[in-house]
Amino acid sequence: MTVTMTPRRDSTQNKASAADTGGGRRGRGRLKEALWGYAFIAPTGLGIGIFYLWPVLQTAYFSLTEWGAFGGHTWTGLDNYRRLGSDPEVGRALVNTLTYTGLGLLSIPLAIGFAVLLNRKGMRFVGLYRTLFFLPVVTMPVAIAMVWRWLYNGDYGLINYLLSLVGIDGPNWVADPATALYALVVVGVWSSVGYNLIIFLAGLQAIPKEYYEAAAIDGASPLSQFFHVTLPLLSPTAFFVSVVSVIGSLQLFDLVYVMAGSGAGARANPAFPRLETVVQLFYDRAFVTNDRGYAAAIVMMLLLLIVVLTAVQFRFQKRWVHYA
Amino acid sequence: MRNKNLSVHTILIASALAMVAPFVWQIITSLKSLSNATKVPPSLLPEGRWDNYGKVFDVLPFGHQFLNTVLMAGLRTIGQVLFCSMAAYAFARLRFPGRNLLFGILLSVLMVPPQLFIIPQYQIMSSLGWLNSLQALVVPGLFSAFGVFLLRQFFLGLPKELEEAAAIDGAGTVRIYWSIVLPLARPGLVALALLVLLWSWNDLFWPLVVNTDPSKMTLSAGLASLQGQFQTDYPVLMAGSLLASLPIIVIFTLLQRQFIQGIATSGIKG
Repeated sequence: MTVTMTPRRDSTQNKASAADTGGGRRGRGRLKEALWGYAFIAPTGLGIGIFYLWPVLQTAYFSLTEWGAFGGHTWTGLDNYRRLGSDPEVGRALVNTLTYTGLGLLSIPLAIGFAVLLNRKGMRFVGLYRTLFFLPVVTMPVAIAMVWRWLYNGDYGLINYLLSLVGIDGPNWVADPATALYALVVVGVWSSVGYNLIIFLAGLQAIPKEYYEAAAIDGASPLSQFFHVTLPLLSPTAFFVSVVSVIGSLQLFDLVYVMAGSGAGARANPAFPRLETVVQLFYDRAFVTNDRGYAAAIVMMLLLLIVVLTAVQFRFQKRWVHYA
Repeated sequence: MRNKNLSVHTILIASALAMVAPFVWQIITSLKSLSNATKVPPSLLPEGRWDNYGKVFDVLPFGHQFLNTVLMAGLRTIGQVLFCSMAAYAFARLRFPGRNLLFGILLSVLMVPPQLFIIPQYQIMSSLGWLNSLQALVVPGLFSAFGVFLLRQFFLGLPKELEEAAAIDGAGTVRIYWSIVLPLARPGLVALALLVLLWSWNDLFWPLVVNTDPSKMTLSAGLASLQGQFQTDYPVLMAGSLLASLPIIVIFTLLQRQFIQGIATSGIKG
């Protein structure tokens, strides 16, 4: 089919270039193609414009205004941004979010370890393990948060029961300021390791077997193969996972919203100051206290944070990422 | 070799148990009476309290919320697959002035965290009088820069020959898109559909903000609102959260390969 088509395609192209100079049939074809192009992107183009592009500009504008009780807003310049700098709740939320984001990266070495184990030659039950690890990724985060809240319960929770068997008196995990954030990190790592595992498995499968054969001929032990072949060749995948994880962790909301005690109830939780994240603070200011100008400034700060942390990661990738 | 594999399996089995244990405990608790669930030390065995699952329907308008979630996730999935595939086809195959510029603008949307859209989107919904409606849940989710990007990548990888042959046979743009490109791109469309479904089903923030009337809520917002409203009945809560996440877990188990492929190729989490 291809063979018979080739000359015909050539002749249409010749006709096209000949017709380009003088308009005519080909010109009409081009116009038609362009019109179809616009027609095909129209629904998405309009939708994105109305619901995504224009809102970004509006949020940027809102961040320079203050909102009254009845929905009107007045221009206040950089006031909201000054307020951000002196608001202890913003500082706390930033520290919590960054701590959660940093500790959440633990999921990466764990996922690499599991992926390497699953990728071994002649490994059985890979599909089953993959499914079990992946289960938390597809489960509703609200449901996950509920289950863990119950596991963490100070009086009736399974975790404290198991600890009591070995003589440890466990705290009230998500209501104790000393443990709350770390308890949250455990859930975050638990629920993301399966996702990272899948990405790393794909990365491992892309490494050519010849590298390992060559390393084995040179007498490299499995451990040295891991450090000199696997890790360097997996580093681009690790970089990608790290960038995506950081962006995701900075937007943490669902897990905390439920585990801290849902909306208004959350403030009664003594550990609330250790659990509140940037997006939670944004939710509270935008839709609970209706301080929308300030809320807009909070998400502009989040945008800046994401841009800066992503840029920093790109800047430092030369130090550890090896592109084959 | 055998022994080594045994120790590898021991590590993996122990870890897999840690992954599944919370779900097992959830099921066990969902079948206990409240007094038995709050007993110290806890009993590790379930009772046959299936009526907890019935109680979910008493404490929540569960049927409504289930339907809202199905409609939101279903309509968004259909809409996004259709609209995104149209735009992706245009960006991948059709020539028109401004194509690269428009695609660049689209890509820039991809990098903005979704919280930046939410206040103005809420204002739009509010001024249209759409708060507490199905439209509020569905409409903004019909459009996606990510979907266009994913499918465009996929379309670029398809061979052009079939489309060209169809064009020579006199097929128009719509016909080529509908009867040649879409069938060829099935794996990509399925991957996008599953991602949109997963993301929509599990989403909390947007539904929480736009629909505050319990019968208009989705399951995730409904469940979240249940907690802390009154004395928490954990067995019922466990039953409810299990029922809410079950549909997506079943779909995942049935379509695992496509799910994993979708996530591995796009790198986007739900």
